[in-house]
Amino acid sequence: MAITATAGHAHADPHHIGLVVEHLGPAPKRIVTAYGFWVFLLSDIVMFSCFFAAYAVLVGQTADGPKGSEIFEQRNVAIETVCLLLSSFTCGMASIAADVRNRLWFYLGMAVTCVLGLAFLSIEFREFADLVSRGYGPSRSAFLTAFFSLVGCHGLHVSAGVLWLLTMMAQVFAKGFRADILRRMMCFALFWHALDIIWVAVFSVVYLLGGAP
Amino acid sequence: MLGKLDWSAIPFDQPIPLVAGGVVLVGILAVLGWVVVKGHLPYLWHEWITSVDHKRIGVMYILLASVMLLRGGSDAIMMRIQQAVSYQSQGYLPPEHYNQIFSAHGTIMIFFVAMPFVIGLMNLVVPLQLGVRDVAFPTLNSVGFWLTATGALLVNVSLVVGEFARTGWLAFPPLSGLTYSPGVGVDYYAWSLQISGVGTLVAGINLVTTVLKLRTRGMNYLRMPMFCWTTLASNLLIVAAFPILTATLAMLLLDRYLGFHFFTNEAGGNVMMFMNLIWAWGHPEVYILVLPAFGIYSEVVSTFSGKPLFGYRSMVLATMAICVISFMVWLHHFFTMGAGPDVNAIFGIASMIIAVPTGVKIYNWLFTMYGGRIRFATPMLWSVGFMVTFIIGGLTGVLVAVPPADFMLHNSMFLVAHFHNVIIGGVLFGAFAGFEYWFPKAFGFRLDERWGKAAFWFTFTGFWITFMPLYIVGMLGMTRRMQHYDVAAWRPWMFVAAIGMAVLTIGVVCQVMQLVVSIRNREALRDRTGDPWDGRSLEWATSSPPPVFNFAFYPDVRGEDAYWEMKAKAKQQQFEHAEPEYQDIEMPRNSPTGFVCAFFATIMGFALIWHIWWMVIVGVIGAWATFVVFAWRDHDEYVIPAAEVARIDRANLEERRHLVSLAGTV
Amino acid sequence: MNLLDPQGPVAVANSTILVDSVFIMLTIVVPTIVAILGFAWWFRASNPRAQYQPDFVYSGRVEMVVWAIPALTIILLGGVAWIGSHQLDPRAPVPGTGSPVRIQAVSLDWKWLFIYPDQRIATVNSLTVPAGAELNFQLTSSSVMNVFFIPQLGSMIYTMNGMVTRLNLRADNEGKLQGLSAHFSGDGFPEMMFDVNVISPLAFPDWVATTAKSDQVLNEDSYKKLMQQSVERGRPIYRLADPRLFDMIATQHIPPGPGPQLTSDAGREHSGEHDAR
Repeated sequence: MAITATAGHAHADPHHIGLVVEHLGPAPKRIVTAYGFWVFLLSDIVMFSCFFAAYAVLVGQTADGPKGSEIFEQRNVAIETVCLLLSSFTCGMASIAADVRNRLWFYLGMAVTCVLGLAFLSIEFREFADLVSRGYGPSRSAFLTAFFSLVGCHGLHVSAGVLWLLTMMAQVFAKGFRADILRRMMCFALFWHALDIIWVAVFSVVYLLGGAP
Repeated sequence: MLGKLDWSAIPFDQPIPLVAGGVVLVGILAVLGWVVVKGHLPYLWHEWITSVDHKRIGVMYILLASVMLLRGGSDAIMMRIQQAVSYQSQGYLPPEHYNQIFSAHGTIMIFFVAMPFVIGLMNLVVPLQLGVRDVAFPTLNSVGFWLTATGALLVNVSLVVGEFARTGWLAFPPLSGLTYSPGVGVDYYAWSLQISGVGTLVAGINLVTTVLKLRTRGMNYLRMPMFCWTTLASNLLIVAAFPILTATLAMLLLDRYLGFHFFTNEAGGNVMMFMNLIWAWGHPEVYILVLPAFGIYSEVVSTFSGKPLFGYRSMVLATMAICVISFMVWLHHFFTMGAGPDVNAIFGIASMIIAVPTGVKIYNWLFTMYGGRIRFATPMLWSVGFMVTFIIGGLTGVLVAVPPADFMLHNSMFLVAHFHNVIIGGVLFGAFAGFEYWFPKAFGFRLDERWGKAAFWFTFTGFWITFMPLYIVGMLGMTRRMQHYDVAAWRPWMFVAAIGMAVLTIGVVCQVMQLVVSIRNREALRDRTGDPWDGRSLEWATSSPPPVFNFAFYPDVRGEDAYWEMKAKAKQQQFEHAEPEYQDIEMPRNSPTGFVCAFFATIMGFALIWHIWWMVIVGVIGAWATFVVFAWRDHDEYVIPAAEVARIDRANLEERRHLVSLAGTV
Repeated sequence: MNLLDPQGPVAVANSTILVDSVFIMLTIVVPTIVAILGFAWWFRASNPRAQYQPDFVYSGRVEMVVWAIPALTIILLGGVAWIGSHQLDPRAPVPGTGSPVRIQAVSLDWKWLFIYPDQRIATVNSLTVPAGAELNFQLTSSSVMNVFFIPQLGSMIYTMNGMVTRLNLRADNEGKLQGLSAHFSGDGFPEMMFDVNVISPLAFPDWVATTAKSDQVLNEDSYKKLMQQSVERGRPIYRLADPRLFDMIATQHIPPGPGPQLTSDAGREHSGEHDAR
């Protein structure tokens, strides 16, 4: 972007700075959309931080139930993490494919992302189902409440992401790489990467710190 | 099939809510019937309900706030009467009803009056002040509004179907937990706030993006009108604070619906965590409300003093300081919970520090008036009334921020008087000032000044007569939320407060009369110039009401008070500059997405409250499908041809030139 | 219940700080209000003698002053707040004459239980204390949150289930005071006012002796009956069976009090509230 500098009005500028960089006018739509979505992601991260805070407060409140180290299975968590990190890569591939309007690679990237996301979800679901069946459901103790909510909230986000992903693929299939669809694809990619970042935090705070006996 | 819902949900034994609900229902049906019979339905649908025009949405927000103000005000009247008559008696409201009323009053006044009023004004004005054609996300804007309306609707449905929360407006657990509040009241509360909270968050994201990314040429940050700055600060707070509310209420709902243990007494839940979380949202919330009001006063005082705002940069700094510090003070809402002296003192001092930028603002308005040529139109009356009232509210606010003083005043009527002092004296006066100030811009005619001034004086005196006695009974040890009491010393003051409430009510009646009279005399009050107050910022540069595209061209801004400078220049050149070359303008198409989405949200909310699970699924799928349909459409913009733009713009310019020549050379 | 008529050292200190803070602030608030009204009136458009200065939009000196005035006030008040918070911390000791009296207060649905573990007695809705002695309160709740507050003795404090808060007070003059709950706790909330009888230190042992002769005994069973939602109009007194009762409540060995009894699944029915009327 070219920036023009013109003499500012001394009247409006009590400190007499002199040169004022003139604002160029409204930003293009692509910028506006991405910017707005970033702001949304920040707000989403604030929401997650509340669940993290609740987890930190309640982690010791096991009410004679199990502690984290007694129920976490590091192997599953490692697989989950790999799934999600890989899916971020394939999501990036899909984004690039969308930018260069390559349908094949776009579908491929999105499909693999979807499969990895579903794999992540199914492992998480099995972990949850297993805990509940052993009587360690969220009603067991405040610690388990906080654990299920934090991890479950991330899981819900991933589920919403998968739904969005499928909708995106259908849209590209039906409408092609229109400008508005590309903007949405950009937002989706941001969302997916943000979920990855949140997972890294969940992984570290819940499973790594909590897994230690 | 219908979950917990059956005939016992309707309070046949309680005449007050039933009659009130019945009257409202008849009223709504009558209006709907009139609309249909007169054939206005298509107009309503195409021009308002599906509109994505920020001005229309702003107006609808304000309409919602005004209607809910009447509802919340009725609650207030009922409470003041109850406390006036319930000395050594049960009064006329049994506890379960009285408790619902004060909970509903607080919830409605904050979430469905103050919030939509300020968001409505921001929506209406900010794009105009920034010199652009719409907000960043017009359709999302509509979604935000309709979700807010959904929340309001659910709160009002609770009047006749089921009950509302009886826990106070913040629904503290464990009282609001399933054990101690097994009814649907808290569910109504929580789901209405969850749904409207999403709407508010959307509005916040939208306005932040608008201010940061959509400004006309030359509209540098330090040239933005003060209202835009306070809008930015307020919406940054929304984006950062509302997710906390969402998370907190989600936790409460998980406790209630799925037997989780966030805030229960059992299994290690922690009620103090709720206090911390809810106030981590709740304290920024009061600045979300009052900052836009500060912006309004800045505009009004400057315009009616005929001067630029004094100490503009100082004001910007003060605004952003308030924005940041407001996140660091939440603990002052529960000094009496047994935190240590260090914690109490630190949060007490942090709370006082906010008074510094706020004080600076007062002084800057003061010096804006200094050397001015002040016209006392209604908006200016509200502003001066605000300054005087708000200082007292600020004083008592700093007082309760001193922990040892708060140890005696916490939760007392003194506190009730304090926050009404700042919210009525700060936010509501500001909303009224903004309403009077920008009404001509939105509708093309002014409001009647005589009724407006009467409304101000009655509201102003009514406010003082109502709330000074509450300060006094607070000093006499009276605590809030008492359905009845046996202390003789409180009684006379409760009478005085009830009289004050009557005066306040006259003020509200005057406000309604002002609207009625003005609509009748609208031809006489017509604003043809688009600049009825001799304004300074860009919203006055276009016609009243503005065309759908606001500006035929993005205005070029060269300094603060952009329109004031344009006017000065235009007068010099006597409007004799060459006609610009008009171009086609693309505007976003209307969309029923917001309305349909809110329809499904209403279904979903109602179903969740009553545990009607199949209906919840219908609601969720419906809302998702609505967005998919929206995403599928092929044309999201329509074109206004250059010839049409030229016609509208020329008419506007002609009108202005005509008036200037009539007035002679000014 | 007048806050400005304190009957103990904590209340005296609290209300002194309260009044002092108001006066500190009034010294700038009053001139500011006068200036607002004065400027607004003098610079009215119809006043030909007022000088119109549209270019008076910035003055470094004025800015300096308007930031300094509130800042200095707040520095002063901040000092008051810091010192006050430490001196008047609810847990800080309040030395008095004679040996301190230990009182364990439990907020029930919708009454106050006061346990005197050392005297082995308990009372409901009536707190009797000797004048001049330090009163060490330990507080908890049987169910929802409440706030323990005797306006004329000063500082209030929350009561919460599963937690113990502490508060030290002293009553200096004999007489009858009133206390209340300052946090809404449900339908019977306004009935949570209680009497505070401040009696002479000499009469206190007599009162204890009389109370200990009560034929009602407070033990786990009678406590569980007491904590049901109800309003107590009388002033029952109890012999205390087990001085560890409070600890059992606070540590949740006695589970939290029950909520209202539901008569149907639909939203409206609560039987608990009828007691309140």
